[in-house]
Amino acid sequence: MTREKISAAIKSLKDKPWRLWGTQLRCLVALETRRNLFSWRATWVYFLAFAPTVIILLHALFGRGRERETLSEDTMVLAGIFQFYYVRVGIFFGTLGIFTGLIRGEMVERSLHYYMLSPVRREVLLLGKFVAGSLRALLLMGTAVLGSFALMYLPFGAAGQRYVFDGPGMSQLLSYLLITALACMGYGAIFLLFSMMMKNPAPAALVLMGWEAISSVMPSFLQKFSIATYLRHLMPITVPGEGIFALLTVRTEPTPTWLAVAGALTLTAAILVVSCWRMRFLEISYTTE
Amino acid sequence: MSDRIIFDDVSKFYGEVLGVNRVTLSLPPGITSLVGPNGSGKTTLMNLMTGLIRPTRGSVSVMGVAPADAYEFFRMVGYCTQFDSFPRGVTGWEFVYDSLLLHGMEAKQASALANEALIRVDLGPAANRKVAGYSKGMRQKARLAQSIAHHPTVLILDEPLNGLDPMARAESLALFQELGRQGMHVVISSHVLEEVDRISDRVVLMTGGYVIAEGDIHQVRQEVRDKPLQVLVRCARPELLASRIFETDHCVEAKLHADGNGVFVRTRDVDQFYLLLNRIVADGLVQIEAITPADDDANAIYQYLIGGDGESA
Repeated sequence: MTREKISAAIKSLKDKPWRLWGTQLRCLVALETRRNLFSWRATWVYFLAFAPTVIILLHALFGRGRERETLSEDTMVLAGIFQFYYVRVGIFFGTLGIFTGLIRGEMVERSLHYYMLSPVRREVLLLGKFVAGSLRALLLMGTAVLGSFALMYLPFGAAGQRYVFDGPGMSQLLSYLLITALACMGYGAIFLLFSMMMKNPAPAALVLMGWEAISSVMPSFLQKFSIATYLRHLMPITVPGEGIFALLTVRTEPTPTWLAVAGALTLTAAILVVSCWRMRFLEISYTTE
Repeated sequence: MSDRIIFDDVSKFYGEVLGVNRVTLSLPPGITSLVGPNGSGKTTLMNLMTGLIRPTRGSVSVMGVAPADAYEFFRMVGYCTQFDSFPRGVTGWEFVYDSLLLHGMEAKQASALANEALIRVDLGPAANRKVAGYSKGMRQKARLAQSIAHHPTVLILDEPLNGLDPMARAESLALFQELGRQGMHVVISSHVLEEVDRISDRVVLMTGGYVIAEGDIHQVRQEVRDKPLQVLVRCARPELLASRIFETDHCVEAKLHADGNGVFVRTRDVDQFYLLLNRIVADGLVQIEAITPADDDANAIYQYLIGGDGESA
C-alpha cells in the first residue's frame, strides 16, 4: 500500500462522525441497561450467579462447628468453585441468557425493528448492545464472585483479613475479577453472534461448552480459538483435577498474564467484527421467528 | 437530490416464497396508498423501503438515499409498522423520547419533540402510563407519535388505521392529509379503502407480489377501460331510461336503484353512453338529476383488476 493510500485511509477514518457514534453508543448502553438490568425473566441468571454465594453464606453461618477448616483449604475450595462452577457453568450460561436476549430476544418480542429504524449505524447498534450486555453480566457475576470471596474469608476474622490485605488474597480476587470480565466479554461476544446466526442458540452453546472443555488437549493452533485457553493461564491457583476434571484444569505452556489478556481480547474483538458484518445484513422478518 | 421514492426492478423472495416481484415505481411527494389483500406484498414493499429487509434483486432509494446510510436515511424517514409490540416496560413518553435520543439529540430537545408528537396524536394525558396498559388504539397512536416525532419528510404507515375508533380514524386521516399538504411523502397501506381513497393523491394496487396498477385513482380507472364502467343516473322515471338504454349494444346492464329514483348502468363505451344520455335529455324523455360514476373508487378498481366485477361496497 502506498503512502498516499495510507494517508487517505487515515483521513477517511478521521472524517467519520466519531462524536455522534460515541453519543449514540452511550445512549444505547443507557437505554439497554435501564430496560434490562433487573428483570423477572432473568431470575434464573441471578440464581446461576448467586447460588454459590448463598451456599458459602449458609456454610459460614451454620457449617463451621464440627471441624475447623484452614485458610488454605477454603482457598482451594473457592478456587474450585470459581474454576469449575463460575467459569464453566455460571458465567457461561449466564452470558448465554443475557446476550442471546439482546438480539434474538428482541426478535422474539418483535421490538428489534425500533432500533433498526433509528439513525444509528448497525455496527454502533451491535457494539452498544454488547457493551450493555457486558456491563450487566459483569455487574452480576462480579458481584457474585466478590460476595463469595468475602463470605469465604470473613469467618476467619483477623486471619482472613490478613490473608486478603497483607497476603495473596487481594491478588487472587483481582485475578478472579479479571477472568470474570474476560469470560463475560468473550462468551458474550460468541453468544451475541450465535443469536444472529440461529433461532435457537442453545445447541450451539452446548457444542461450544464441549469445545471449551477439550480445547486444552487440542493442538496449539486450535487452542487459540478458545476463550477457556486464555482464562486458564490467568487462574491464580491451580486446582488439582482427577478423571474428567483433569480436562478442565490442565495447564498448558506457561503464558504471561498480558499475553493471555491480549489473546482473550483479540479473540473477542475478532468475533465482534464478524458480528458487526452479520448485523449489517440482518433482516427483520418476525413472521419466520 | 431526488424528491422521489424509487424502486428499480425490485424483487424479494423469502426462500422460495415470493414477496414482491419486479417492482418498478417512482413515487412523488404527496399521499400514496398501497392497496391489496393480505399477502399481496404491501408490507414487504414498506420493509424494503426502510431497509428492514433487503431486495433479492434491484435497488430502493428514498429521496436519493439508500437505507444502508442509516444516519441520513432515518433522519428523514419515519416508519410506523404494524407490529403491535414495544420494548419492555416503557411508558408512551419514554418510548418516543428514547427513540429521539438515538438521533443524537440533547435531552431537552428530545423531551420537547416527544411531548409535541404525543400531543399531536392526542396521547398527551396518557403519556406517562406504561404502554402495556394501553388499548390497541392507544398503542397505535404511540407508534404513530414515535414515527413522526423527529419531523421526517417521508412517513411510511403500515395499516395505520387498525384498532382506531371512528373519531381517531378521522383525526389520523386529517393528520395524514395535513402532512401530505406540507409536501411530505406519506405512504399508507390500509384495508379501509374508502378512507385512504378519499385522501390519496395516488394508489398502488398490488396482488400476489405484483404491482398491477399505479397512479392517480382516475388514471388507474382508465387502465381498465375494457371493463364496463358503472354509472348511477339519478332521474324521475328510471324504468323508461333503462328501456331506452337497452336499445343500444354498448350497455350491458341496467339495474334500478333500491329507492326507485335512479338506475345503475354498466357500459362498455362511456362516450357513446353519454351521447345517448344527451339525446334522451334533449328529447325531454327523462329529467336527469345527477350522474355519478359508481365504480371509480379504489375498491371497485381493485376488484376489477383482480378479476372481480367491480361491485363497490
